[in-house]
Amino acid sequence: MRVMVIVKANKESEAGVLPDQKILTEMGKFNEELAKAGVMLAGEGLQASAKGARVRFEGPKKRTVIDGPFAETKELVAGFWLWQVKSMDEAIEWLKRSPFQEGEVEIRQVFETEDFGENLTPELRKQEREVGKRAAANAKR
Amino acid sequence: MTASDTHRAIDAVWRIESAKLIAGLTRIVRDVGLAEDLAQDALVAALERWPESGVPDNPGAWLMATAKHRAIDTFRRSERIERKHEELVPELRERQETAVSELDAALDDDIGDDVLRLIFMSCHPTLSREARTALTLRLLGGLTTDEIARAFLVPEPTIAQRIVRAKRTLADAHVPFEVPRGAELSARLSSVLEVIYLVFNEGYSATAGDDIVRPALCEDALRLGRILAELDPEEPEVHGLVALMEIQASRLRARVGPSGEPILLLDQDRGRWDHLLIRRGLAALERAEKLKGANGAYALQAAIVACHARARTADETDWRRITSLYDALAEVAPSPIVELNRAVAVAMAYGPAEGLELVDALRSEPALRSYHLLPAARADLLEKLERFDEARVEFERAASLTRNLRERDFLLGRARANTNDI
Repeated sequence: MRVMVIVKANKESEAGVLPDQKILTEMGKFNEELAKAGVMLAGEGLQASAKGARVRFEGPKKRTVIDGPFAETKELVAGFWLWQVKSMDEAIEWLKRSPFQEGEVEIRQVFETEDFGENLTPELRKQEREVGKRAAANAKR
Repeated sequence: MTASDTHRAIDAVWRIESAKLIAGLTRIVRDVGLAEDLAQDALVAALERWPESGVPDNPGAWLMATAKHRAIDTFRRSERIERKHEELVPELRERQETAVSELDAALDDDIGDDVLRLIFMSCHPTLSREARTALTLRLLGGLTTDEIARAFLVPEPTIAQRIVRAKRTLADAHVPFEVPRGAELSARLSSVLEVIYLVFNEGYSATAGDDIVRPALCEDALRLGRILAELDPEEPEVHGLVALMEIQASRLRARVGPSGEPILLLDQDRGRWDHLLIRRGLAALERAEKLKGANGAYALQAAIVACHARARTADETDWRRITSLYDALAEVAPSPIVELNRAVAVAMAYGPAEGLELVDALRSEPALRSYHLLPAARADLLEKLERFDEARVEFERAASLTRNLRERDFLLGRARANTNDI
């Protein structure tokens, strides 16, 4: 399964302050470990919300553009990874090994096709039955 | 944390640490069977202690230290027995003493090389293909024998026995724990790549059973491939194989219809392809090409699947380029199956009649006698040429040759379609 690991913003990231050498080195090592374990699929860091924008939707037509920065720093996303893991527990174990010293990092499971399975089934069963009936009718001809 | 939380955490730690643990221990004890036993002992100790003490801050180091103590105990015990024979085998005792004193130093070294050595050892050509596959999934993939048995639809005792015998064979043959160099390397590497691709293919087009695809096996193979690409980054064919697997895996969810039936490449909804995997695959292919590996067998196959990945619609597929890539592939890795695929590409590029001529030439090929995709390809071309009667017979023949139930239904359906057209 895939998980997205979401790193939240803080005062520094919102101020556009780049991480120092030490943190970059540690993070680089962690990323290398993830890659060597075949876990890392993708990962990006995001620039401060001051360079971002939001589009607000109200009804079918109305769209309002809101320019950054946005206030709620702790709720903002500052970066993410996509990991391929066997279980949520494996993702947790990996995240525990990351070099973060403060704050919270969130792990969310990515939807897979199977997750939609139950939504599709009844309709598709019906479809399958129809096909079966038609095939049987054809055979009798 | 409840006891079951702890058990799940231990499972996760095991999945992350087991290959490194077994690899590090193999280097010390020079016996992969003993190394695995020691690692298992450490796991049992964790299962006993962690529910009470909690998961340690550095669980990997804990497991390694525990296994190391067991190793020393084992050596001491055998040393006591050996002591009686000391005059007969003094060098053995000496070797064990060195091994014990090396333990501390060795375990702190970079572990990546050990994992690479373990991959080469598990895929040693002295083992049968089945044995290599089972051992690799077990030692490097962290799968249990039960999981491997279920993946390959083989009874669990068969797999367990296969693994035990494989470990014994490696010990008897004194297979060294090292990454081969020089002339030996390319043969040994292709043995490794073969195992990984075999696992992938068993997941991608299951040869038997109820399901067309078993994505978990594809994921295990991809993970092994990605690990290998990081540990051995200078080998172009490793990236070629990874590229091939990433791009093929990108189609997994488009490959199976809602009721489990296969959907052919050209009929797939390309919007359902996984573009993250395609991007990773194209990047891996680029790495292979940069390392002057464009003409490797895996890189060529990756280049072929990349042609499909780059085409936004089936009609945009560059069949001429695919044909020429198959020409190159037929040169570096000639096989009747490559010829068959080339014939299909020729049919797409230059018309079904030309393709059929090539397919017909393959009918006398003994290796393809019971290969269901030969009559399936023939049937498809006959259908395009509106030779429906012959097409039906060939689809039926293809259906009778496949062991996969979904595929059989699909082929019988196409046979029926050719009946209605008359």
